[in-house]
Amino acid sequence: MTEFIVVTSGKGGVGKTTTSASIAVGLAKRGKKVAVIDFDVGLRNLDLIMGCERRVVYDFVNVIHNECTLKQALIKDKRIDSLHVLAASQTRDKDALTKEGVEKVLNDLKEDGFDYVVCDSPAGIEKGAYLAMYFADRALVVVNPEVSSVRDSDRILGLLASKTRRAELGVAPIEQHLLLTRYNPARVADGDMMSIDDVKEILGIEVLGVVPESEGVLTASNSGVPVILDDESNAGQAYDDAVARLLGEQRPMRFLDAPKKGLFARMFGG
Amino acid sequence: MGLFDFLRARQKNTASVARERLRIIVAQERSARGAPDYLPLLRRELLEVIRKYVNVDQDAVDIHVEKDGEHDVLELSVALPDKASAAAQAAG
Repeated sequence: MTEFIVVTSGKGGVGKTTTSASIAVGLAKRGKKVAVIDFDVGLRNLDLIMGCERRVVYDFVNVIHNECTLKQALIKDKRIDSLHVLAASQTRDKDALTKEGVEKVLNDLKEDGFDYVVCDSPAGIEKGAYLAMYFADRALVVVNPEVSSVRDSDRILGLLASKTRRAELGVAPIEQHLLLTRYNPARVADGDMMSIDDVKEILGIEVLGVVPESEGVLTASNSGVPVILDDESNAGQAYDDAVARLLGEQRPMRFLDAPKKGLFARMFGG
Repeated sequence: MGLFDFLRARQKNTASVARERLRIIVAQERSARGAPDYLPLLRRELLEVIRKYVNVDQDAVDIHVEKDGEHDVLELSVALPDKASAAAQAAG
């Protein structure tokens, strides 16, 4: 049984690709056969975050146009055998992705025995984003605790409930989860950032994980190593927790409290 | 809270401001979800017509579509100004 997971958000720059990469790696690390697909046609970036940008020969659109086989286009990860990346095309043709084409690729992955296919959605609500979510069984909505991101997430939740295959067929709806990223516990404590409970209450769905704002995310993307592989960083550990929860494990939320301030900082408002 | 925080002219608790603003806009956008695209224009034109006769506020017209079994019901409510302010408008 193959599960299609879309990583989406509406708003750009909230951490969709970082999340897609880490979730895919986390699932593969646990022995699952995983493919992660970049739906951002024209603005390919997942390959950079995964560290395989120089190994892209064929891409998603080549497969859809029958210019190569799916097998040729899937880039096997050097670190984990069961992980495969399908890069986005850099074409400027907006109609490069078709619903039939995407469906065929996803069906072929299903036949090849993949356990999970992670679909990294582009920002916005245009065709790429629509097709990334259309076939999903599960959705990870990446949200920053910030007004525009929360509002856009709600818009995406509305689309997930109406403009997807499951909605059109009237079968069980897509399972939806929030993933809070760029969470800054110190600012939450100061009352300058919405808390996990605030976001959960406004959007009305449960939170799969909270990824703290972390230096590790930039250093990871600099070096093309998904942050989940950095055991030292809080963000990496938070992603690992999220993957465990995705697979049904119970894990308490971590990194929700601000580091204790010293006496000096407390007196002078550090 | 630091000892000298009062020196920094700080706005208090912007997170709760964000939360309240989002609650309102999200509720409003959810109620408009799935409604026909012509609703905003219909609302604007109705408002113009009503304003020819009564001086109502910009947000006086509330319009939405409700599902009632087989039928869609277009529900329209117009908040008229109270007598005092209407009289003041007329005098002015």
